[in-house]
Amino acid sequence: MLSGGHLLSVLIFFPAVGALALLMLRGDDHKFIRSTAMLVAAAEFLFSLLLLRGSPVGSSGYHLEEFAKWIPAPPIHYHLGVDGISMFLVLLTTFLTPISVLASWNSIQTRVKEFFVMLLLLEVGVVGVFFSLDLFLFFLFWELMLIPMALLIGIWGHERRVYAAVKFVLYTMAGSILMLVGIIWLYNATGTFDLPTIQQALANGQLILEPRTEMLLFLAFFFAFAIKVPLFPLHTWLPDAHVEAPTAGSVMLAGVLLKLGTYGMMRFCLPLFPDAAHRAARWIAVLAIIGIIYGALVSMVQPNLKKLVAYSSVSHLGFVVLGIFAFHNISMQGAVYQMLAHGISTGALFLLVGMLHDRRHTFEISEFGGLSTPMPKFAAFFLFVALSSLGLPMLNGFVGEFLILLGTYQRHWGWAAWAALGVILSACYLLWSYQRVFFGEATGEKNRTLPDASVREQWILATMAAVTLWMGIGSPFITRRTAAATQTVMDQIEPQRAYETALPAGVKPQGKNVSTNETAQAKGDFPGGAATISIKRLGVR
Amino acid sequence: MPAHPMLEYLWIVPLLPLLGSAINGLFGANWPNKYVTATAISSTGLSFLSTLEAVREFFDYFGQSHQPFRKEFFTWITAGDFRAGFDLQMDQLTVVMVLVVTGVGWLIHIYATGYMAHEGGYYRFFSYLNLFMFFMLILVLAANYALLFVGWEGVGLSSYLLIGFYFLRESASDAGKKAFIVNRIGDFGFMLGMFLLFRAFGTLDFTQLFAKADLWPKDAMGQFGTLTIACLLLFMGATGKSAQLPLYVWLPDAMEGPTPVSALIHAATMVTAGVYVVERSHILFTHSPTAMLVAAIVGCATAFFAATIGLVQTDIKKVLAYSTVSQLGYMFLACGVGAFTAGMFHLMTHAFFKALLFLAAGSVIHAMGGEQDMNKMGGLGKKIRSTYWTMLMATLAIAGFPPFAGFFSKDAILFSALQSAGGGRILYGLGLFTALLTAFYMFRVIFLTFTGKPRYDEKKVHVHESPWSMLGPLVVLAVLSLVGGWFALPTFFHGPDYFANFLTPVFGGAPEAADAGAEAAAHALELILAGVAFGTGLLGLAVAYWLYVSNPRKPDELAKSMKPTYTMLLNKYYVDELYTAAVVRPLLWLSTNVFWKGVDVTGIDGTVNGIAHGTTAIGDSVRHSQSGNTRSYAVWVVAGAIVVLAVIFFWSGASKTVLGLVR
Repeated sequence: MLSGGHLLSVLIFFPAVGALALLMLRGDDHKFIRSTAMLVAAAEFLFSLLLLRGSPVGSSGYHLEEFAKWIPAPPIHYHLGVDGISMFLVLLTTFLTPISVLASWNSIQTRVKEFFVMLLLLEVGVVGVFFSLDLFLFFLFWELMLIPMALLIGIWGHERRVYAAVKFVLYTMAGSILMLVGIIWLYNATGTFDLPTIQQALANGQLILEPRTEMLLFLAFFFAFAIKVPLFPLHTWLPDAHVEAPTAGSVMLAGVLLKLGTYGMMRFCLPLFPDAAHRAARWIAVLAIIGIIYGALVSMVQPNLKKLVAYSSVSHLGFVVLGIFAFHNISMQGAVYQMLAHGISTGALFLLVGMLHDRRHTFEISEFGGLSTPMPKFAAFFLFVALSSLGLPMLNGFVGEFLILLGTYQRHWGWAAWAALGVILSACYLLWSYQRVFFGEATGEKNRTLPDASVREQWILATMAAVTLWMGIGSPFITRRTAAATQTVMDQIEPQRAYETALPAGVKPQGKNVSTNETAQAKGDFPGGAATISIKRLGVR
Repeated sequence: MPAHPMLEYLWIVPLLPLLGSAINGLFGANWPNKYVTATAISSTGLSFLSTLEAVREFFDYFGQSHQPFRKEFFTWITAGDFRAGFDLQMDQLTVVMVLVVTGVGWLIHIYATGYMAHEGGYYRFFSYLNLFMFFMLILVLAANYALLFVGWEGVGLSSYLLIGFYFLRESASDAGKKAFIVNRIGDFGFMLGMFLLFRAFGTLDFTQLFAKADLWPKDAMGQFGTLTIACLLLFMGATGKSAQLPLYVWLPDAMEGPTPVSALIHAATMVTAGVYVVERSHILFTHSPTAMLVAAIVGCATAFFAATIGLVQTDIKKVLAYSTVSQLGYMFLACGVGAFTAGMFHLMTHAFFKALLFLAAGSVIHAMGGEQDMNKMGGLGKKIRSTYWTMLMATLAIAGFPPFAGFFSKDAILFSALQSAGGGRILYGLGLFTALLTAFYMFRVIFLTFTGKPRYDEKKVHVHESPWSMLGPLVVLAVLSLVGGWFALPTFFHGPDYFANFLTPVFGGAPEAADAGAEAAAHALELILAGVAFGTGLLGLAVAYWLYVSNPRKPDELAKSMKPTYTMLLNKYYVDELYTAAVVRPLLWLSTNVFWKGVDVTGIDGTVNGIAHGTTAIGDSVRHSQSGNTRSYAVWVVAGAIVVLAVIFFWSGASKTVLGLVR
């Protein structure tokens, strides 16, 4: 279990070391600072590819676990692990960070050093969140990533940046306070912050939650995550944060930070409080569907291009939440895929919008027009990304959307039918805005003379386009690796069903270490180290 | 070497156009036109040749195995027990489609090299056109619904790009957007149909799915309407792609695209994809009489409805567009009455003659220097003789004159419509009347364009015949418009219907006639109907001649005397206006004023900011309690203690909670 060295720790703290190194540099040598940041981010991405080797296809549970005692009382430990879901989310993060560095190459001219330090610290927080298996550690990273993001918006943002940053912080804090209460409550009940241990206690009946308590705890966690997603009607921080954030901030925000919410739902809300999740599912699905349609409709009428993309995220993330709470294997897989696909395609959309802003210093659609003529390459990239975002088959957006709708339909056809309206609406808002920005005669002298995508920009966009295409065609590479993890989530929320169907008659459950250790773990100190706690719950109630 | 190399590597057929598209798209911008031409023509040409080879091998394969050829290349999506693979298949239905697509597609590519020679964005055009070929080939070769959907959406994309090819014109980019969005509305249904099929059968693979579906009862009551709903949802997709009521509105606007596009995509191939899907799903449809009836009614109604609009349009391409909608209606009528072979037959002949009509119209427009209004043409027959004769042949075909192709296929559809149980006569009557309208509006086009006196300024417009790159395809298609229907010729002499026989492995044999007498009666009826249809065509020709050649003033008088009807037809029944007023405007208004400015800005954000302001205000007022005065603090301490004790003693529930937290 502890094999593979300390890859996860390295992945978390390498950017922090990089940030530290940056801090020591002279502040006025922008070129060297940028190159160093790029080097760190690129190296981090290459390191993170090792994760693929560390988690074999088809094996469930956590891999590459690390465990170290940290604080004896209360027992807060440094417990890390990765499964198929978190692995690809981390890969997404480490992929988007160097892209963000490249995207900020010329557009950031003030406090350059601090900017890249913040960007790398953000990566530390996000990667830490995805790897944490200790609730307190998770919370620590969760709060940690808030600070650099808020500063990115508040310092390097546009006109109303302070308002947006404060709104972002307050909204997120409101949720995380509740989550903290939930975490402490769970600690009081179990005596541990260790996620696998708590899951195990729930599984073997040592910890039984009253339905009402379970619901309250579920909601405490869910509220924090729903704000992050953001789920309708908790989404109004998002358009402001996006419009004000610098391009790199928007890319990281849309690409990765929103997924922390949906990731949290999968990792905590469903496995820890399955019954409450079942009871709340229909209401959450309704909110998700409202989010899909409402987000698309509001997106359609935005006069501001960046706000349009921001609202489209509300719509796309609604699909993810729906896929999670449809409790179907296929839709759950689709939800994971949609998280990744949205990270790429919406990240790319923000990059494109940012490049337009670099040129014209505005996001107003009415300021643009006929850009195809002066910027043909840029226009082609934009169309490509827009098509992936509206879910054209063979591009990445389709796979997630299709699987979510397919899976949801199997259990609740009505939900899927309503949600599928989003497929029509996404074509409306994307193609309409594309037409207004790119088609027709170039309007005005400023637009007529715009330079086409530079070599640096073409590299960024071509990389994004390549990933988009690859994810649209070669999706099994990812889904085969996430299958075991999503199946685990499914087993946890539907123990009975999974137990009956997953195992052929006469086959005994694996996980022998469940029975040997379960007696010792009711309360108190954590026994036995990490090796004994990584077990897959097999639905024995 | 495998026994059937081309079949084993069937992916080459669609891949060739994709390569052509990619090469032209990436490098074509800096190339001279001839390189672009060479890439585009050779990729589609090679694709056509590989198709021929694949078809030849398929016949060999089928002769041995009596199975459709099917091969899985790679898995594209997999999750849980769902798998969508890049699986291609070939059966007789595919053979017809794939030959039409690559054959006609190649001809139109050749034509386009002449037509587009002087246009800007030459490389872009061929990149898109090749991309279309790729997706269309995926559509017809796919072995499961998911891959079919790839082609389905992909041709929609190519259509969007090509309609909006002249993107500097707002009308063109509007039309492209409209086409994509209206198609998406249909796709919404198509997707739900796929989901339902997967739920019912656990697979989207044609072979497995149809085998399972065939075991289901043939009435909707027995299967709780599952197949009816699935078929109707698929049919909804088909109405979008094949421009049927009520989703036909995008096709007339699609004429904004260059004419070769109209010929290839909006006449011969893409718009027939809906028909193809219904044909492909015939096993599902035959299990649901309701869905069949809906298809027949929608098809028949569309055929009639579109033909009436076609009567009065003056833009030559608009007439052809409505004619296409109308002819597609015939194909759905055929499917609806269970005459799948007849529908397929008409699909093929229509591909020939309608592609020819569009290409010839393009040649006319080319000759007129871009003019599309028939009121500004006239007398062109002598000046562009080849165009005239080829277009006349296509007109004879679509109007149903023997021995041209359209006569046989339309006749087969009308015959089947009359034979169908329940409402057959109504369908037949409406179909026959539509045939009359068709003959009329097509000869109206011929007379207005090619005969009479010129109505344009002969000094300004220098009418010239098109180059051979354009005329060549016209001639080939003209020949096909003549002989394309002769597969069915022997039926008139008690012979076999070769086309129907060819498709028998797919659709199954025709129901055996009860006895020789019944067969003879049916044969007699068919001959009578053929005569009636021919008569109808002649009548249409006569009326058109009377109105536009003998009495050229008469049409205007008629228009005046029937002004309300005429205006309504000219404005296409105001359907576009209706959709705008009933759907588009309310949705935009609702989104802007209610959702965005109401719910979002005022409602949610207002509340959030209100809470923030409220908090500030409370803090501001509470601030005054921090007076620094020791005596007032003592009062606060006492008051606080009283409240806490009161809560603990008088509210036992609360005390438990408090103690619980302390513990």
